Amino acid sequence: MANKIGKRTETTGHVWDGIEELDNPLPKWWLYVWYACIVWSIGYYVLYPSIPWLTGYTKGLLNYTERTRVVEDIADARAAQAGFYKRIEASSLADIRGNSELLGFANAGGRAAFAENCAPCHGSGASGGPGYPNLADDDWLWGGKLEPIYTTLKHGIRWPQDEDSRVSDMPRFGEEELLTKEQISDVAEYVLSFTDKSSDAGAAERGKALYTEQCVSCHGESGDGNPEVGAPRLNDAIWFYGDDKATVAAQIAGPKQGVMPAWQGRLDDTTLKMLTVYVHSLGGGQ
Amino acid sequence: MNDAVNDIQVEDAKSVREQREELPLYAPRVKVFPKHINGLFRRLKWTALSLCLGAYYLAPWLRWDRGPDQPDQAFLVDMASRRAYFLWIEIWPQEVYYLAGLLMIGAFGLFLVTALFGRVWCGHFCPQSVWTDLFIAVERMVEGDRGARIRLDNAPWSATKIGKRVLKHAIWIVISIATGGAWIMYFNDAPTLIQEIIHFEVPLAVVFFIGLFTSTTYLLGGLAREQVCTYMCPWPRFQAAMFDEETLVVTYQNWRGEPRGRYRKGESFDDRGDCVDCKQCIAVCPTGIDIRDGNQLECIGCALCIDACNEVMDRIGRPRNLIDYTTTANLVARERGEKARYRFIRPRTLIYFMLLSIVGGVIFFALATRSDLEINILRDRNPLFVTLSDGSVRNGYTFKILNKDPDARIFTLAIEGLQSPQMKLVGSDKKLAVQTLVADPDRVSTYRVFVSVERKSLKNDATDFQFRLIESGKPEHRHGSVFRGPKK
Repeated sequence: MANKIGKRTETTGHVWDGIEELDNPLPKWWLYVWYACIVWSIGYYVLYPSIPWLTGYTKGLLNYTERTRVVEDIADARAAQAGFYKRIEASSLADIRGNSELLGFANAGGRAAFAENCAPCHGSGASGGPGYPNLADDDWLWGGKLEPIYTTLKHGIRWPQDEDSRVSDMPRFGEEELLTKEQISDVAEYVLSFTDKSSDAGAAERGKALYTEQCVSCHGESGDGNPEVGAPRLNDAIWFYGDDKATVAAQIAGPKQGVMPAWQGRLDDTTLKMLTVYVHSLGGGQ
Repeated sequence: MNDAVNDIQVEDAKSVREQREELPLYAPRVKVFPKHINGLFRRLKWTALSLCLGAYYLAPWLRWDRGPDQPDQAFLVDMASRRAYFLWIEIWPQEVYYLAGLLMIGAFGLFLVTALFGRVWCGHFCPQSVWTDLFIAVERMVEGDRGARIRLDNAPWSATKIGKRVLKHAIWIVISIATGGAWIMYFNDAPTLIQEIIHFEVPLAVVFFIGLFTSTTYLLGGLAREQVCTYMCPWPRFQAAMFDEETLVVTYQNWRGEPRGRYRKGESFDDRGDCVDCKQCIAVCPTGIDIRDGNQLECIGCALCIDACNEVMDRIGRPRNLIDYTTTANLVARERGEKARYRFIRPRTLIYFMLLSIVGGVIFFALATRSDLEINILRDRNPLFVTLSDGSVRNGYTFKILNKDPDARIFTLAIEGLQSPQMKLVGSDKKLAVQTLVADPDRVSTYRVFVSVERKSLKNDATDFQFRLIESGKPEHRHGSVFRGPKK
């Protein structure tokens, strides 16, 4: 408080540039607040983790830790989502997609599960890469409808631990010497001619006979592919490994065959359903 | 205790400061027993008190029709559904800057009023003053005026004393509960909440907040009182920065009052000042100070001492306003025998007024031109684009349409600037050149839209285009965006 006009209060004796430090008493209520804080801190010491030792710390009567708090919060969040989980569990994939509320929940849950489990291979935006399919486009090796996507997720591709895993086994035409190098080159030319990328009409013509003989059963007469057996379409703009002749020829000679884990057992069925709906909604779902 | 001098009662009163100076390191609270006084400023204070309390208690009960399924409370902050309603204005969480604007208007308004009229806010409108005044009125009603209260305070504990104290605190607590309860009404539908309170069905959070505001009202208004102003409140510390010599403040005109001294009827005022040292000004002061010490931090500017002094001046036949509501400049002018003049238009007040007008204007403009629709379009960045099996290129866009209307709005979505684009909505299988988007009422609707075009129609890897959202009978909304494709 300021000094009363014409009167002096006690000072501490400190003076700076003629300005004195007054020694006014603290108000009593302030002192009481300070005592209350001390009492409060004792309660805090007793109840909560407080004093660090060399090898640990006092745990406090409440046994409080941030970790258990997080675990509880997660459990609470799960409980709050339980209604949606139940509905998704009970609904068919088509029904989930048809209900905007469930679709929203499944997309959010699917996005989280995708980021955690799928993104390492397929990329965070699901656009894949060489050898890892782009899930956002409309070209599907094993089918782009809800059910086939679900099956692929559940059982994986060429996954030895799962009996129902999807398996396709293209012959290794070069390595097993089923075709000569020239023949493979001709077939590659023919395959490229589906999309007008062939530069050698004669070679393509020679390759047509070989294609009809060796490839048609899976890839179809005009290269439409067959998602039943995982045979890629050869007449579209999307190429798994590349659309230059060398890559196509190499794939005929010794096809690379990708592997995807079966996710059943690792992820619960509800999560698989949400993932299915999410992947389907990325833009390529059929 | 009181010795009457020629029917002017002289109070045995010492200012808080006088008493405090006798004290050791930790000063116990010096009790203040404000005496009742009638007069102009007391009437103003009653008026301000009635206005403030009336507005505070009644405002939550004002109804305002906003149409079906909308809250009909005029002032409502609905935390659960994240909306604030002020009469015809509805604020969404992202518009909380209106609140910042309101606070700035409040601050500059306070600066302006303080520069012009001193601590009018402190003395008459601050909740602390209003409730303290109410609590003191209750105290006076139960325990009597200053003298009786001092006697009661000094008296040993007896049945009467206990009875009076219990009654006083009981009334205080009832007022506090009403205060805390009214505050909660601004955050809930008032009639519904009252029903719930009557049936003991209130949620725990409501009970907690009623308890919190009840205890703070009781503690600050009833027990702490002037200590809040003198010790806790930051405003007295810097409000002096708004003052200058032209600011109206409660001032003891010492040139007229001094030398002060006791007065006996019939004495001449020739060789002395007008102050008869009756200490009425100290006795009525709610913060217990002596205004004759000069302008001081503890003075909340309620001007009750002017009422007290004028009463005395009338009785001894001296001119009124020995303690005056005037400026420092006028104090000096009068001392020199010059005429008092008031200058309300000064650079300081002009600047505060300008700041107030600018902020007020900006907020008013923002409110007046505020749109009840917000459309945000977010382009997919991962992947930037997708090549489809037929060779066309696809981009994804997320539409967030924020509709503040109570009715759904239907938009036709078309594209300008791309060659024969096809659009597909997630959740639907139809690929169309034009899509329909429905913005649900009073919420944000989200749509994912896939746009695909022929690759050969793209001249660059980035093509600017516009989304057109057409609403029948209303101006169309255009939003520019970019369509990405492979590098040429």
